[in-house]
Amino acid sequence: MTHAPEPTLDRPTDSWSDLVTAALLGTDRRPVADLLDQAALQAVARRAGLRPGPASPLPAAAPADARPALPEAARLRLGMLLPPRGGSGSTGAGGYSGSSSSGGSGSLANLNELLPQWLADADRHGYRCPAELVPPLLDAARVRSELRADAVALAGPLGYWLAHRNPDWRYVLRTPLPDEGLPEPDRQLWQEGLFAERVTHLTRLRRRDPATALELLRSTWSSERAEDRLLFLDALQEGLGAEDEPFLEAALSDRAKNVRLTAAELLSTLPGSALARRMAQRALACVVLSGTADGPRLTVHPPTACDAAMQRDGIAAASPTGRADRAFWLGEIVAATPLDAWTGAYGSPDELLALPVSDAWQQDLRDAWARAAVRQGDARWARALLALPAEDSIPVGSAAKLLAVLGPEERADWTTGFLAGHGLADAFQLLVACTAPWPQPLGRAVLGALAQVAAAGGYPWSHSGVIGVAERSLPPEAAAELAALAEGAVPAWSETFTRLGATLHLRATMLAELQP
Amino acid sequence: MEDRWTPEHVLSLAPDAASRKAASKLSSPGPWSGTGSDHTALWGRCQGSGGTPYRTVVDLAGPAYQCSCPSRKFPCKHGLGLLLLWAAHGTGQAPTPDWATEWLDARREKDRQKAERSAEQAAGTAAPDDAAQLAASKRLARRAERVAAGAAELQSRLADQLRGGLADAPGHGPSAWSDVAARMIDAQAPGLAARARELGLVPASGPGWPGRLLEEYGLLHLLACGYRRVDALPEPLAATVRARVGFTSDTAEVLRGPRVRDRWLVLGSSDSTDDRLTTRRIWLRGSGSGQPALLLSFGRPGTAPDLALPTGLLIDAELAYHPGARPLRAALGTRFSAPAAPPADEAVPPGLSLDAALDAYGQALGDDPWLQSWPVVLERVVPLPGALGWELADHNGPTPTAIPVDRRGTPDSGLWRLAAASGGRPLTVFGECGHRGFTPITAWYTDDTRIRTLGVTA
Repeated sequence: MTHAPEPTLDRPTDSWSDLVTAALLGTDRRPVADLLDQAALQAVARRAGLRPGPASPLPAAAPADARPALPEAARLRLGMLLPPRGGSGSTGAGGYSGSSSSGGSGSLANLNELLPQWLADADRHGYRCPAELVPPLLDAARVRSELRADAVALAGPLGYWLAHRNPDWRYVLRTPLPDEGLPEPDRQLWQEGLFAERVTHLTRLRRRDPATALELLRSTWSSERAEDRLLFLDALQEGLGAEDEPFLEAALSDRAKNVRLTAAELLSTLPGSALARRMAQRALACVVLSGTADGPRLTVHPPTACDAAMQRDGIAAASPTGRADRAFWLGEIVAATPLDAWTGAYGSPDELLALPVSDAWQQDLRDAWARAAVRQGDARWARALLALPAEDSIPVGSAAKLLAVLGPEERADWTTGFLAGHGLADAFQLLVACTAPWPQPLGRAVLGALAQVAAAGGYPWSHSGVIGVAERSLPPEAAAELAALAEGAVPAWSETFTRLGATLHLRATMLAELQP
Repeated sequence: MEDRWTPEHVLSLAPDAASRKAASKLSSPGPWSGTGSDHTALWGRCQGSGGTPYRTVVDLAGPAYQCSCPSRKFPCKHGLGLLLLWAAHGTGQAPTPDWATEWLDARREKDRQKAERSAEQAAGTAAPDDAAQLAASKRLARRAERVAAGAAELQSRLADQLRGGLADAPGHGPSAWSDVAARMIDAQAPGLAARARELGLVPASGPGWPGRLLEEYGLLHLLACGYRRVDALPEPLAATVRARVGFTSDTAEVLRGPRVRDRWLVLGSSDSTDDRLTTRRIWLRGSGSGQPALLLSFGRPGTAPDLALPTGLLIDAELAYHPGARPLRAALGTRFSAPAAPPADEAVPPGLSLDAALDAYGQALGDDPWLQSWPVVLERVVPLPGALGWELADHNGPTPTAIPVDRRGTPDSGLWRLAAASGGRPLTVFGECGHRGFTPITAWYTDDTRIRTLGVTA
């Protein structure tokens, strides 16, 4: 400024709002001498005189996390596995297209497939996530819900602290940690908390002290909204025991249908519950073991109506799927019947499954037994159902669920046998059910099946699902075999096998980096 | 014990997020062979998908890079990957191969020649001949006249607008000032053109726009006024006015002026891209003088600017400030050392309180009233979303105070990473403090007893 500022500032029109008013109206109507000079002066004066404003209240700092920090190489690796900011990251097992920008190093690994394993392993080692990577980690798990449990565990207390401030990460508050010690039931949180906080609180309390959790739920049950009641009931699934039965029996008369159904389902998995006994009675009345001239057989008479008692026990009056009502009712009853009721009355699972069944009810009966085996986690029945001869086998979808009841080794063995008999065609769901890394025989069976498809002129992209699971599940030793397969294959398959091999190397490196 | 960089320092050199990712894939020994290092350079061969491995050399002093890969990114992922490998594991002991020696020697020879030339120029032995100098000063005089005419026209446009009033401004849209801006380009005053174009955007900037618009009118008027009397102004202020109007200084010319040697801490860097240019800003601070400096480097869109310095490291170098009443922008002259980690007690730069930071901006405005912001380090501030948006708060005094975050230059993701690094505890943040708030650029925090830097805008 070259002209003297003081006299200008002393003029009566110098208040800033007067100047702005004059500028809006125009100096033709509101003459102000040197308006622009004054504007410049006051602009600089205002900017130079800026002061800090009052601060918003400061929340308590994030609790300290005593877990060890990641080794440096693993820290870098996590930064690489997480999608870049704002990136959506393709989801689903099939999305394995390598990013084109990473070409050149020959390792077009599908990072989406590696992240879950990395997270699980990092959690197993008990590391904490580096603070600045917690936000991208929470973003990634927001998009991919299968990552949530591990991501929330790794993010630890800082994750919870951030989730309280960013609505995008609210899911963190609903994701309970596996081994979290909590103080006494918090009545105030239970009565005043947000729904998500309440569910988390209930779930955690239930894990630690099932009876107190039930008591807490009972204390406000009648005033909860129907959709909330439904989700609170879900929380009881864990640690379900005989002492929950009266509460669940009462919930069978709930105003909301979904609440009634959920209560019935919970009761059906509770061995020795009155509902289970009622279901067994119904089941044994529908399915009768009778002796005929050709030997024993199962005679099936599904219910002809769904009476009030059945409805109270959670069976819908009409089939929701368009299936015939009688078949539906039969299925619901058998699926909710304790499997021990059959073995007690008629014989072992193998014997029962070998029996001829009257009319066309065999498939319905087996489907329902399979559902019961999954619901009740009954390995003996699962084994028997899975052992049915090939021409008579249960559908692959049910098989995958039944496999989940068995231990990892048995699952892998059974799937290996399935691949030998059926090839890749229906194997995807089964392979997903097997624990990673696969044992060698299963890995070899998958590679053999892929090699067959390649030799028969199939396309790699038709098997992207299986290839995607293989990326995260093949044992590292399979790398040599993959190199050999790549040698003799057509270009598309050669590339697929090479990339799969590179991914195995990357996976091995990545897991080695997590070693403390 | 070798004084290696941390991965954070290395990653702060990456031209973009994709490079960071690609480089970290190459950070383990797997794809590398024949890697080695001495105190000044790293080298190694990286197996790509093709048959011949790429040959990669890094000169730590620059840092500068040479790689046989076809990438046009700079540094390429192999250079960064090699640095990361070195940072995390060290490189191994392979002797310097000939191809690395050749490039390193050639580079040092070029540096030596450059230093010689600038010494000669400084001694006046290489002065341009008189005829060329005469032609140049004639060109300059012609431009000065055109700019002065442009400034006069701009002043009368501003006064005209004010006669009719600004109330209708929101109806005119963002292009309202584009023809004036075009005339300022014709008048060879790109600085005036840019500010004129900005005027068109203010009416859509939300509540309070009339005040902001009038401020910009006033400051633009002041600049035009200043230019018309530039010959009467004291020289430093005249240089500031010329620079604001759009006269650029030649780097070589600037480097012929006085140089300041110091140990410069790299405070941070940040890239911005418009349709013509990627601009990288690198902020430094002299450990001796406490003076801030700003280096600018440019690249075409899609290619990174070629100057990159690792955030958080110190370099011993000479800088020459562009002339002006409040020197900030500088040119990098001779470097005397490779970027190296500062001693532990200097790793976190000392900072200011919020009050002192605003004072620093206010004082800088006294010299250069057109400054949008001034680089400062804030000490013991907590970054969090507050009732009115993101803020940096100081809870140390009896009355907790805060300044708002200027969101225009800061991505959401960066702010959340900043909040996570802080966890509600105070930390040191470097950024630009201005009348529209504070733009955080780098934060220092301690993790597992290690001091780490976080690039907020990266």
